[in-house]
Amino acid sequence: MVVAASTCRTETVFDYSWMNVVVAYWNRYPNPSSTHVLTEDTIQREVRDGKLFSRRLLSKTNPVPKWGARFYNNVPVKIVEDSVLDPVKKTFTTFTRNLGMTKIMKVDEIVVYSEQKDGSTLAVRRAYISSQVFGFSRAIRAFGIERFKANGNKASNGFNYVLRRMFPDSLVGGGHHQHAVTTTSPAGELPATTITVSTTNGSLNNQGALKSAAKVGYEFFKSHASKIAQLFSVKN
Amino acid sequence: MNSIGEDCNELKKQYDACFNSWFSEGFLKGQTDDSGCAPIFRVYQECVKRAMREQKIELREVGSEYCTGSEYDNASSSGGKTQPKTKS
Repeated sequence: MVVAASTCRTETVFDYSWMNVVVAYWNRYPNPSSTHVLTEDTIQREVRDGKLFSRRLLSKTNPVPKWGARFYNNVPVKIVEDSVLDPVKKTFTTFTRNLGMTKIMKVDEIVVYSEQKDGSTLAVRRAYISSQVFGFSRAIRAFGIERFKANGNKASNGFNYVLRRMFPDSLVGGGHHQHAVTTTSPAGELPATTITVSTTNGSLNNQGALKSAAKVGYEFFKSHASKIAQLFSVKN
Repeated sequence: MNSIGEDCNELKKQYDACFNSWFSEGFLKGQTDDSGCAPIFRVYQECVKRAMREQKIELREVGSEYCTGSEYDNASSSGGKTQPKTKS
């Protein structure tokens, strides 16, 4: 069986050279738009074949939405970010994903920073959001996509703030670029595990199977309500 | 920005300063030898690993090898359908 993954793609142009962008990247926290980012650590780093490989661990807060307040206390979400920087091709690729609770909502985000002809830097940001919660997958994915899009501008604003502070006189490309493109596709397909319903009968009629499957889905959702509420409030 | 381990903050600050200097003045100018920051990185890394153990943070599910989402590389050419590449 396959698990559907919603995808979203955004493009942002930063009016700074690729060199400035990658230098600023390692210093982008804290900024006024990133108050939800609590910690940031480099846990692996090496130069291989002239490229810089890094792995970082970040923790971010979870503001509790009103409807989730009764379920759980705030627990920071852990995020792993792998990146590879190629100084020759002038490309910088980051890949982030959440640690834990991935059956409820798995968010993989890829950002590629590359140099433009006019000297500015293009960031292409793609998200792949999947969920294995039976009966609620589409709703969870839709929520994830909306959250991803809403956070895109915020992240760009925060990064621009850092760039302005670090390189106040280094604008390129006329300083007129805006958030350019957002495209969303509802469902790609990703192989994953299935939720199976086992019964003692050996065979069930359609109605029985549906009821049984719905019950499993409902029980799963209920037992993970706090985690789902928590994920729904994650900021990128 | 703080470290996940409270007692690692000072080490993190020292390592970040070393890395930032090497990155902009060395690596981006073609110098790939990163041994200058290795000693402080080792100490800082140990501190972070200790903090991760204490907080029961495990990286098992992401594996030890760096990943840059290459399993999604053919997504754009497959009409929105993403079929991750699997190692055989």
